[in-house]
Amino acid sequence: MERPLTQNIHAGRQPLTLKEYTATGGYTALQQVLKNMTPGEVQQLVQESRLKGRGGAGFNTGMKWSFVPMGEDAPSPKYLIANADEMEPGTFKDRLLLEGNPHQLIEGMIIAAYAIQANISYVFLRWAYKKAAQALEQSIREAYHAGWLGKNIMNAGFSLDMYLHTGAGRYMCGEETALLNALEGKRATPRAKPPFPQVSGLFGKPTIVNNVETLCCIPHIVNKGAAWFQNLSYSEDGGTKIYGVSGKVNNPGAWELPMGVTMRELVEEHAGGMKKGYRLKGVLPGGASTDFLTEQHLDIKMDFKSVTAAGSRLGTGTMVVMDDATCPVGFVHNLQHFFAQESCGWCTPCREGLPWVEKILWAIEEGRGKEEDIELLQMHTQLLGPGNTFCALAPGAMEPLQSAIKYYREDFDRHIREKKCSY
Amino acid sequence: MPVIYIDNKPYEVKAGKNLLETSLSLGFDLPYFCWHPAMGSVGACRQCAVKVFKDEQDNNGRLVMSCMESVKDGLRMSITDSTAKAFREQVIEWLMTNHPHDCPVCDEGGNCHLQDMTVMTGHDYRRFEFKKRTYTNQYLGPLIHHEMNRCIQCYRCVRFYRDYAGGDDLDVFGAHNHVYFGREQDGALQSPFSGNLVEVCPTGVFTDKTLKKHYTRKWDLTTSPSICQHCSLGCNIIAGERYGQLRCIVNRYNSNVNGYFLCDKGRYGYEFVNSVNRVTIPLIRTLPVEAVDEATVLGHLKRLVTDSPVIGIGSPRASMESNFALMQLVGKDNFYQGISEDTAYLERRMVELLQTGAVSSVSLKEIEMADVVLVLGEDIWNTAPVMALAVRQAVMKTAATQAVQQTSLAAWHDAAIKEFVQNEKGFLANITVIASPLDAVSTVAVQEAPDHIARLGFAIAHLLNAAAVPPVPGLTEQEALTAKHIAGALQGAKRPVVISGTSCYNEGIIKAAYNISLLLNRPQRKAGIAYVLPECNSMGLAMMKAPPFEAAMQSVKAANNCTVIILENDLYRHIPEGRADDFIRHCKNLIVLDVLHNRTTAQAQVLIPAASFAEADGTLVNNEGRVQHFYQVYMPANNCIKESWKWLGNIQTMKAAITNGLPHHPDEWLAALETALPQFQNIAKVTPPHSFRINGQPIPREPHRYSGRTAMLANISVSEPRPLQDNDSPLTYTMEGYPGIPPASMTPYFWMPGWNSGQAVNKYQAETGGELREQDRQVCLFQQKEQDFFHFFKDSPESFSARQGKYLLLPQYQLFGSGELSIYSTAIEELVPQACIILSAKDAAELGVVNGASVTIEKNDLHYTLPLKIHHELCSGIILAPFGYRGIPALPWGAWVKIIV
Repeated sequence: MERPLTQNIHAGRQPLTLKEYTATGGYTALQQVLKNMTPGEVQQLVQESRLKGRGGAGFNTGMKWSFVPMGEDAPSPKYLIANADEMEPGTFKDRLLLEGNPHQLIEGMIIAAYAIQANISYVFLRWAYKKAAQALEQSIREAYHAGWLGKNIMNAGFSLDMYLHTGAGRYMCGEETALLNALEGKRATPRAKPPFPQVSGLFGKPTIVNNVETLCCIPHIVNKGAAWFQNLSYSEDGGTKIYGVSGKVNNPGAWELPMGVTMRELVEEHAGGMKKGYRLKGVLPGGASTDFLTEQHLDIKMDFKSVTAAGSRLGTGTMVVMDDATCPVGFVHNLQHFFAQESCGWCTPCREGLPWVEKILWAIEEGRGKEEDIELLQMHTQLLGPGNTFCALAPGAMEPLQSAIKYYREDFDRHIREKKCSY
Repeated sequence: MPVIYIDNKPYEVKAGKNLLETSLSLGFDLPYFCWHPAMGSVGACRQCAVKVFKDEQDNNGRLVMSCMESVKDGLRMSITDSTAKAFREQVIEWLMTNHPHDCPVCDEGGNCHLQDMTVMTGHDYRRFEFKKRTYTNQYLGPLIHHEMNRCIQCYRCVRFYRDYAGGDDLDVFGAHNHVYFGREQDGALQSPFSGNLVEVCPTGVFTDKTLKKHYTRKWDLTTSPSICQHCSLGCNIIAGERYGQLRCIVNRYNSNVNGYFLCDKGRYGYEFVNSVNRVTIPLIRTLPVEAVDEATVLGHLKRLVTDSPVIGIGSPRASMESNFALMQLVGKDNFYQGISEDTAYLERRMVELLQTGAVSSVSLKEIEMADVVLVLGEDIWNTAPVMALAVRQAVMKTAATQAVQQTSLAAWHDAAIKEFVQNEKGFLANITVIASPLDAVSTVAVQEAPDHIARLGFAIAHLLNAAAVPPVPGLTEQEALTAKHIAGALQGAKRPVVISGTSCYNEGIIKAAYNISLLLNRPQRKAGIAYVLPECNSMGLAMMKAPPFEAAMQSVKAANNCTVIILENDLYRHIPEGRADDFIRHCKNLIVLDVLHNRTTAQAQVLIPAASFAEADGTLVNNEGRVQHFYQVYMPANNCIKESWKWLGNIQTMKAAITNGLPHHPDEWLAALETALPQFQNIAKVTPPHSFRINGQPIPREPHRYSGRTAMLANISVSEPRPLQDNDSPLTYTMEGYPGIPPASMTPYFWMPGWNSGQAVNKYQAETGGELREQDRQVCLFQQKEQDFFHFFKDSPESFSARQGKYLLLPQYQLFGSGELSIYSTAIEELVPQACIILSAKDAAELGVVNGASVTIEKNDLHYTLPLKIHHELCSGIILAPFGYRGIPALPWGAWVKIIV
């Protein structure tokens, strides 16, 4: 089983230096691209590989690139941004890549920038990833020194500058347009789409924002081809995926596996099953903003289509396991507290609705809940849906809530009936 | 035109608009908060949700924010859809989770967009049972009261304050449900447009602090359409009264003039009307008991105006009616302007140039639409603030318009356009004596001496057409480059505007502005010109073409037994004090009509209380030549306070001993003015006859909810008094009258069923942000005409050079402080910057003085001492002193003075 993204990442080891990375075949993809491929060919290749964005939305990466205006009349400069603001609760897959092999990301970024002919690139990094920041800073310096960044890279007539930007710690910055505002020095509120960043992004110029894991796939696709990449997968989405499991399992962690392994394999094999004395009550398959799935769903494939069909989303592919000793009301309250606090305050439903939801859940958890509260919560899960709010934060927040009410209704009712939490 | 279906009914609508403005323009009620017609859409509040359907078969539809969707031909939408309605109601419930239920004690109550929208959506029951979040309020200065708990986070305040008006000391702080709109720390708001927050805020976060001191609900105000008196732009205002006191000023929308916004001097300068400094009783100072009644004073005046030769001194801040009534009383040859020869000369030049019809005198709206703006010499931020705001919009809109043309972005999509445009701006060259906040958005900002500004103007004109205007000799390399840069931008413009004015006391600048505007005017390019004048009716007075003060001085000295009538004019504001003293000494009898006591009224033998604008009907001509009428807001209880034109008419009636044929009402005075002075042709057309009625009904000044009519005076008499009779206008002092939308110029308030706040103006517009539905005739006294011959000025002034030991004295205008009347508003008084003398760093160093040192200006026998302030960008050889400050007389502006340190 191939693990292209993590093959050179080993626990407890320092990140690969440029020399080490080159020794593992690093920067050969970039040389290949600069020497033999046109930007259009790179876009085509990535599109054919069926690489889908690993940030959670699952949009075809090559397709996303194809919306960037190309040619001499295209606005300039164009920007390529790596979204490394990994803040989804339960998610730590990008951290693995950033801390383990930063040059892999940098090479992916240079190729992506070449594909859209961007001359400026940023890594927007979560503030708390101090180790990653150090590694990236060092690696970017090395890449400049080796001529992989800067003016006229490899005499191929393509120039790219790369900057590391560490955020100030807002979940909202993971949303690509809020990230752009933050990068511009503005408040991290999202932007209305359209216009999409591909057309009017950072500083009003064409911009691509890709997730770290997405970008790390690029060098391998170039090196080994689209067909190879597709064949890595058990499903129609190409490639491997870094899956993660957290919660009361024996062996929490993250593993690079073929796209489309089953949830059962993840939990039982890789995570070593539930800790003794705990039963699996539910999982959030792709981070805090995805719907709960339960034991009955364990055999579904962890790919974009199958998880959606089961009523949730693959999201970041890093699942949070809820055990039977954890109160679902308290669990969801904890999530809603996070989302309410991370709301940017721009649009009314999210700004005012999430704190209300949080307060109701806390009241229920504390035994002050009323029967009508369930109706109010359900009303919020409906009205804070996509399109009603300005961005996807509140709709994401409603996913675990609506599914918790669906699967654990009896827990909610019991809190209200008994006026206490019996966990 | 595209056709869209709203709830299955087809409507022909305008392309390029969003669904919200389209629905409102069609007359639908659709609630909104964050959208503003002057600021566009950002999609934050989610209040204007509607359903949009794919096609006729689609029954589910998609919820969208109507402010964020463009009109498309064939589009089907529903306002009444139950999901959309439920969502809109829910948005209000969300907003209400934290909004205090303090309407009864909130200044916004009854004039609150949030109240209106709440009722509109039907939300009425509170389900949120938890504590509300609370905030600490801030002290924001004397103009704005801050009450953050009421905030519904629509972001309009910061979008107006920062993006629209260019302020930087109000911002949004914090996040999630604890965002805060205020300053980084307590302190007076710095923008001169801060008062607009009162109207921009949909609820009571920012309220009028001056109104708070003598608070009255909107429904209890008697209001009239009026015109701002504090500069030459003539912004349209609504003034409100209760219990004989002027209570507040709000904006009166006029798409061609001020649009939605006023400056703070205009909004808050009104309190002079209630000032203790008012002249309230006729005084005959030669009598042992000076205060007299109307009959006595008229009898006395009759003798004075019959016994000796009479001359009249007019006023740039009195109405056309009053100035003309004085001219009629004293005779055309005996009527003078009460302003200095220099200013009168410059104003006369402007009138002559605009009267040629060769250049186009532009409105504020046209300035806002300009793509390239050149300001020559005038500090418009201080002398014509709303023009500065219009220039700022021109600069910002030019880039936005280009963005709309280059991309598929819609013009209303404010957020997307701002992202796309970033720091791109239209071209503005701001060439002034002293730096201005407008420089922040200028492409070229240069501080120069007036002669150099004029030379730069001539150099630009020469570059535009070398045959018409000769080159300017001796330009520096830098000046030549600047001229080339500006000329290039002007040449590439489609709608350039050149702005200049009187405040530099420099004729060359006025000529240069004219040259440039004239040269730019081509069939494919409509160029405009705007001259800024000092006072609200400076243009009207200048157009009367009466001789200046110096001629009056000669007459008075020659006759030596003159009776002089001074109309609403403090000579000491315009004429250096020695000369004013000299003039008054030579008057045999001095009769003064004025609103406030001043140095001139103090020396009057007969002092007559004149009505302020709030107690008067009158007509003003603004800087553009636009004729605008203001209507009486209330009749003063003291019936000795009358419009000057009424007093002067009465005197004339007594003098002539006849009443027939003499004008009585404003419309009649204007008709007589047209006959006497043909340059005022059409001036009477803006004012309807005083007998004008709609369906036999007058226009009520009191809204349908006016309360207390039977109770207000119950402590005096329990029987309801007869309503006051206004015989001079179609407006009436009652609630009864024409219930529909009156003609725009006679609109006393904006109010519609369901729309109690000022946002009701939507309902008065044919199209949101466009012209008012009942727009009546607008008259500009300057009309552009076809020309066969163009005259260009070729005489550029010589290069300015500092003189040994002498400095060119120029006025420093301050928005707060230079206004003669507004300074008697206590709120404004608090904001007046310290009076100081300004010198360049170089001159200060040569004189060996530092900031704060006492510096004395000396000219002949005049000495004037003030603390020094050093300005680094000021040109050497120039000294600036505050203009029009209380207690600081007129100085010999434009003269070379000495400095004693």
